[in-house]
Amino acid sequence: MSQGIKTVLNKPWIAGQTEEDLFNGSTFDVPTSKVGLRVFFFVATALFLLFISSYRLRMGYEDWVPVPKLWQLWLNTGFLILSSIALQWAANVAKKGSLDTALLAFGIGGLTTLAFLGGQLWVWSELTTLGYYVEGNPANSFFYLITAVHGLHLVGGLVAWVRTAFKLRSSTDVDSATISLELCAVYWHYLLVIWAVLFYMLLST
Amino acid sequence: MAYADQDTGQHHGPDGFVWKYIFSQDHKVIAIQYGLTAIGVGLVALVLSWLMRIQIGYPGALEFIDASSYYQYVTMHGMIMVVYLLTALFLGGFGNYLIPLMCGARDMVFPFMNMLSFWFYFVSVLILMGSYFVPGGPTGAGWTLYPPQSILPGTPGSDWGILMMLASLGVFIIAFTMGGLNYVTTVLQARARGLTLMRLPLSVWGIFTATVLGLLAFPALFVSAIMLLFDRLLGTSFFMPYIVSMGQALDYGGGSPVLFQHLFWFFGHPEVYIVALPAFGLVSDVLSVHARKNIFGYRMMVWAIIAIGAISFIVWAHHMYVSGMNLALGYFFATTTLIIAIPTAIKVYNWVLTLWHGNIRLNTPMLFSIGFISTFLIGGLTGLFLGNVAVDIPLSDSYFVIAHFHMVMAIAPVMVVYAAIYHWYPKITGRMYNEALGKFHFWSTFIGTYLIYFPMHYLGFEGMPRRYYAYEGYEFISDSAAGLNEFITIAAIVVGVLQVVFLWNIFYSALKGKIADGNPWQATTLEWFTPDTPPCHGNWSDELPVVHRWAYDYSVPGAKTDFIPQIQPHTPDEPVHEEGNH
Repeated sequence: MSQGIKTVLNKPWIAGQTEEDLFNGSTFDVPTSKVGLRVFFFVATALFLLFISSYRLRMGYEDWVPVPKLWQLWLNTGFLILSSIALQWAANVAKKGSLDTALLAFGIGGLTTLAFLGGQLWVWSELTTLGYYVEGNPANSFFYLITAVHGLHLVGGLVAWVRTAFKLRSSTDVDSATISLELCAVYWHYLLVIWAVLFYMLLST
Repeated sequence: MAYADQDTGQHHGPDGFVWKYIFSQDHKVIAIQYGLTAIGVGLVALVLSWLMRIQIGYPGALEFIDASSYYQYVTMHGMIMVVYLLTALFLGGFGNYLIPLMCGARDMVFPFMNMLSFWFYFVSVLILMGSYFVPGGPTGAGWTLYPPQSILPGTPGSDWGILMMLASLGVFIIAFTMGGLNYVTTVLQARARGLTLMRLPLSVWGIFTATVLGLLAFPALFVSAIMLLFDRLLGTSFFMPYIVSMGQALDYGGGSPVLFQHLFWFFGHPEVYIVALPAFGLVSDVLSVHARKNIFGYRMMVWAIIAIGAISFIVWAHHMYVSGMNLALGYFFATTTLIIAIPTAIKVYNWVLTLWHGNIRLNTPMLFSIGFISTFLIGGLTGLFLGNVAVDIPLSDSYFVIAHFHMVMAIAPVMVVYAAIYHWYPKITGRMYNEALGKFHFWSTFIGTYLIYFPMHYLGFEGMPRRYYAYEGYEFISDSAAGLNEFITIAAIVVGVLQVVFLWNIFYSALKGKIADGNPWQATTLEWFTPDTPPCHGNWSDELPVVHRWAYDYSVPGAKTDFIPQIQPHTPDEPVHEEGNH
């Protein structure tokens, strides 16, 4: 019987339940910080889904004029993919104890993220040069808003990236640094998936 | 910090006033900070309600109240009470205090983030209060902040007030998210050995589920607030349609105000349950302890909480029947609204059945709990009227709606707030409150709130609309309404003033009250078995508690006492309980 069904059918009022007495207190057998991050993913996903729903609803109106699909967006997507790969590489080698290589990969991850963010600003600049201002059309407004919210999530990630970089450099608490690396990698993967969905949505309209 | 990761050994708190009481990372201090800030800002909202009532009962009596200030009172009163008082008090206050203690943890799993959560909340309150000091004053757009009127000239506070409100909400949501991540992760990962999910007290279940709702619903408010800010500051048209104002066509065009309403109520309706579910949980525990009976239908109560939480996300558009909606959609939302009444009714039946044949102690927490059942039932039943499209449309925007939502999500939760404060007061302060004053507080509040809100149902049936600044000169409002409004105003002021009795009781008793025993109610749950009362930093001594049973072993047949603590191991000679015994 699965754990979920057992929970539903459990009769807690019966005393002397040996199996329950032995329960160790944690619902998931992973570090707490990883559980916390996954809970945050639910919140962030709700946020992006609401933006996506609003976008889909608003684009049905007659005044919708899609923004041009600039080639820089593809380049930026490439940078984000690279940063995600680099951070995963860092997490993998850190687990094996190669902290120097991990630091190198981690650095590449950070730099490519900065390149992504810089690229997004470049896209904004191009759009304004072409006359696509934020208030010009709802499609423009959504484009600026959604890319800004996604970018801010990455900026938040970079704060964690800086903290983790310090941990890695000091090398005093390798276990903690490794967990932080893994958390960074997972967070970047998550934001890559979110960007892929947003990018598809922006391209398909 | 899973169970196994928690440090052993008693935690010694930080030294120095600032780190111990201001920037504390102790969940209990943070809970009290949340509680006092919420009550403080709630008192501001109470005074605003008096000003509103004086204008309605005695139009023109206070010269400084004009139409603009009246709408500002309405808006600030609503937003403060719903978000900054009730949400903050139930989750930031009770959630912070009770989750680690009831789960047998030393603290929240992310204490630093927990501290930040409070300070972000505090800043959000400062920003909100700051809107009284900006040009034009706070927004008067109504607590729903509906565009286009909320950001257009003519609405009070459309220059600065609305910006302050949206900024404050944004900061509040960040604060809530940091707190919420803590509450959820602590419940999932930092429970005591033996404390399975189905052995958790219902207080934890209620707070946990409400937090999950908040984490998923507040983003909708965040999204709508950001988009409204864009419309106001950058001239975008997310929500703003083509508008001609004072003969001038504005630059806006093509936006959808109804989109804002959908986003707002996608947050707004779960918000009702973000307030109600913790109240459901807390009142279940208070009822069970003071009735000396196990909660009736524990398993059903847990699943009712989860079911209500889930269904609360598919009822939001019942707030929008008059916004222009496809008939089929209205029918769908009316149906889901009626469906959510089923698990809610199960809970009410179970509370009443918990009282049935109980050895009831009619003390202050119990009185407030029974008061909750009464007010929640009345408010819930009028919800059935308003949930149906055909009945809602004539009653919409009338005083019937005011009466309904105040009974169900203002008075009922506040009854639980009082019940819970009195119930856990001995643990929080280490002293007993004054019982006679507590009972006086209950009866004056209970009778008083009925005197305020019962007549409003009648006014609503009569057709008296809400949100009107002045009621003179409308033929469809009878003369008797004026007398009734005077009566309600007097009742509101008297009941409000009598809350001083509560404030006196909790502050005076904290200094001079009788020293409390660690477990004065003979309760079973973990928080009553801390080595110190009030609990020290880190809550427990060297050993963390170990749980051996559920939270409701009261009046167990054959047991020596009428309660068996959760930490008491099962003994071979203990009577084996069959389902029928409970």
